[in-house]
Amino acid sequence: MTALLKVQGLTRLFGGLVAVNKVDFEVPEGSILGIIGPNGAGKSTLFNLIGGTIPPSEGKIFFAGRDITGWRPYRVAREGIARTFQTTALFEELPVYVNLVIGRRMRTRSGLGDVLSRTPRMRRERDETTAKVMEVLEFTGLGRYAGEPAGSIPQEAQKRLAIGVALMGEPRLLLLDEPTGGVGMGETDEIIDLIGRVRERGITVCVIEHKMRMMMSLADRMVVLNFGVKIAEGEPRKVCEDPAVIEAYLGECIA
Amino acid sequence: MGKSGRYVKASALLILLGIAAALPWLLGKYQVRILTLAMAWTIATLSLNLILGYTGQASLAHGAFLGIGAYAFGIMVQRVGLNFWISLPLACVVTALLGLLVGLPSLRTKGPYFAIVTLCFNVIILKVFENWNWLSGGIQGQVVPRPAFLTQRWARYYFVLAFLLLTLVAMRLIVKSLLGVTLMSIRSNEDLAEAVGINSFRNKLLAFVISCFVVGLAGALLALENGQLDFTITNYLYSFYLLIYLLIGGVATLSGPVVGTIGLYFLLDYMKNIGIKGVEEFRYFLFGLILLLVIIFFPMGITGGVKRAWEWARGRFRKGEAGEVAG
Repeated sequence: MTALLKVQGLTRLFGGLVAVNKVDFEVPEGSILGIIGPNGAGKSTLFNLIGGTIPPSEGKIFFAGRDITGWRPYRVAREGIARTFQTTALFEELPVYVNLVIGRRMRTRSGLGDVLSRTPRMRRERDETTAKVMEVLEFTGLGRYAGEPAGSIPQEAQKRLAIGVALMGEPRLLLLDEPTGGVGMGETDEIIDLIGRVRERGITVCVIEHKMRMMMSLADRMVVLNFGVKIAEGEPRKVCEDPAVIEAYLGECIA
Repeated sequence: MGKSGRYVKASALLILLGIAAALPWLLGKYQVRILTLAMAWTIATLSLNLILGYTGQASLAHGAFLGIGAYAFGIMVQRVGLNFWISLPLACVVTALLGLLVGLPSLRTKGPYFAIVTLCFNVIILKVFENWNWLSGGIQGQVVPRPAFLTQRWARYYFVLAFLLLTLVAMRLIVKSLLGVTLMSIRSNEDLAEAVGINSFRNKLLAFVISCFVVGLAGALLALENGQLDFTITNYLYSFYLLIYLLIGGVATLSGPVVGTIGLYFLLDYMKNIGIKGVEEFRYFLFGLILLLVIIFFPMGITGGVKRAWEWARGRFRKGEAGEVAG
């Protein structure tokens, strides 16, 4: 398998603080990579670097062989990297289906001229978008919330919607930042199931999570960060038994 | 909305259009003139609604662009002697181009910083027009000649009404489209919009330029109706007027700017005429009071308040029905 995402010596300084320190890893196409670590280990910063929210201080990011280091977020997204945020980010006052429509926008080209003169392109893109919205509503099981403002649906449904919005652009790589954070145990399973089905579609996934048990069953490989440094990498079971990981994070292997 | 709802809405619109068409024959001369001016201001409020209401960028430069549109039109028609039908669209294009120049640096800032930067631009423009007499004609200003077909008061009324309808249709097409939801996504959560592949700067710039084009049109129509103009048309106070019309009418709706602008314009004009001896500025006090009350009790403006009351009433009605069935 070839690496879809390759991170080399990635470093980010915030003043004197090294939030991410010379991190290297690769994500093979079609796999699920789990990223774990204590609070403040630099996991979310890592996603912000890959997603282009903040530029790295040093290091390179390659996506599908292309150097995307320092690209703006919208260009990274168009290249095929979608993401969700730790604090579930949605277009809260807009209905669920409009959230999905926005997720598709980068794959459409209708501009002001198309809109004012209602060109065939605009009609075609509108119909295609509607079809894709229907498909994703079905895939994420959000059909019954379609018309409701995104901010008013249950927390767990919001998490699924955030993934749905990310899927609308047909990404090759999906970065999930704590997709089950703040969600009850029973509802966690639905989201794990959703992530599994995302992978079955051939989409590569990187997921940040605290729930170790969930990572064990879901991830093909894991990367462990502590104080911005990668302290372990490998198959979940091996990582879980790693003394350095137990020392820094787990206390004991719980799986 | 169901089919019956759409039918009701269409009929209501037709009736409103009928009333608008009949008004010049029902109202006095003075009121027709005030209504014509109010409609031109409504176009300006609609332009602010696009950039502030839908895109979430609080421009306080719209007073300047209103004046620039008015002067661009006035100068072309009067001093350059261009054809009326060329001057009008060209004035909008000039305003839009200046909007592009201003938007390029200022839209790099966000939130209150953008409001301050645009307000500064408006203050500068006012000072420029106040002092460059060769440009603005100074205190006397300049005349704006009207073409033969617009010498009648009612003709100008229909002319401005036509442009108001055109603006409303264009705005509706924009906000209900993929472009419209793109703008709303920036208002709602700019970081997320970027993360799903939306170039927020480019879309904000587009909205700002369209908005300037439209406010330029409003300025030209105001100059046309007044038959003259002076530097005060670029006053930044008008930026705040538009903001107040929009907030009171209802942000991010199409009916809000119409209701807010025409309603307040008439109210202010009425208060000017009744006046209170010695307290000329009394009406501004009332103005402030109205603004305060609306913000407290109708945070979504008048149209937002009406909509909420309607939904509440309908909800009660539905509940009543359901209760009967259950009972």
